[in-house]
Amino acid sequence: MDQNIAQIVAGLRTAFPDVAFSPQPLIDRSEDDAGAEQVFVRVPPDKIVEVMRFLHDDARCDFQQLASLTCVDYLDFPKARDRYAVVYTLVSPRLNHRMWVKCFVNDPDPAVPSVTGIWNAAEWTEREVFDLFGIRFSDHPDLRRIMTWDGFKAHPLRKDYPLRGHGEREDFTVVTDDSR
Amino acid sequence: MGLTTSETSPHTMGNGDTLSTRLDHLVGLLRKHGPNWARKNSLWPMPFATACCGIELMAMGASRYDVARFGAEVMRFTPRQCDLMICAGRVAIKMLPVLQRIYMQMCEPKWVISMGACASTGGVFDTYSVVQGIDQFMPVDVYVPGCPPRPETLIEGVMAIQRIVDAEGVKPSAERGGLGLTVDPVVQLNTVGRRS
Repeated sequence: MDQNIAQIVAGLRTAFPDVAFSPQPLIDRSEDDAGAEQVFVRVPPDKIVEVMRFLHDDARCDFQQLASLTCVDYLDFPKARDRYAVVYTLVSPRLNHRMWVKCFVNDPDPAVPSVTGIWNAAEWTEREVFDLFGIRFSDHPDLRRIMTWDGFKAHPLRKDYPLRGHGEREDFTVVTDDSR
Repeated sequence: MGLTTSETSPHTMGNGDTLSTRLDHLVGLLRKHGPNWARKNSLWPMPFATACCGIELMAMGASRYDVARFGAEVMRFTPRQCDLMICAGRVAIKMLPVLQRIYMQMCEPKWVISMGACASTGGVFDTYSVVQGIDQFMPVDVYVPGCPPRPETLIEGVMAIQRIVDAEGVKPSAERGGLGLTVDPVVQLNTVGRRS
């Protein structure tokens, strides 16, 4: 593990003693150490805002940039214990380090508090995750669909969603009005 | 000599005037074919390029393939000034109202080329969000096959439009038929919960 990241994890453990961060490499390769410096920590949903605030504000962490916010559906994934993981990629341009945070949630009603109060960049990415995976971000200022059209009901990047849909492309509203 | 009612024609001096009769014939030919001849050699494409077909469309307009040889080089990006829509690429269902709106904004007479596999059938994008053929939702005159079609193929499509214009001319709007269909996911502009 990178020296900086080890310090950050140590700082997280002192600040949040009741959270098991359990840092591990993002890519699990036992044959060599490739990707060993890329580390993610697990954060439960009820602690995500506090931990992210710490990572953003603390001088040793200084994660000024939320490079990406995405989601993984672990349905039928071997050894997976939880269904979804909301994945945050954090970058510190000043200190030149990066870290990943995974927040595991489950059906029914997977919900994660929004981090738009910390990074404005989270607003549209959280809308995208909401649209395509159905993760509800509480306290989000404007949680609407962003990729699919209004009236779309499903969450198409879930693994149990069929490629051709549940008939949405055949059933969308058609009105016979030429004058609009 | 065709003319029998020489008094009614302004071109004839007398009964059986050869020159006037030929002139009359020429005027008739021009009246019949002239507008279509002018139209087919001066098509103004509206490029609706949403995917890689658009690259081939640009190649068709550029100097190597040079669609100016067929009089269709003036591509305008406003539908008000165009009479040939070239739908190049896949159309998502969310994009379909835009496509239909642009088609409706084009002035008559107008023609449509559905370029490539995606616009014509959905192509490899047999998925939940892609329109499986734009002809379900708007009239299409010519389908150009290919994935993407080579510029020569698209030029052949333009020439097919020229043949259609030449043979059929301009039908009145009532005969061409309107769009008939309008899809309705309309993007709601009065959103709830937007930050002030």
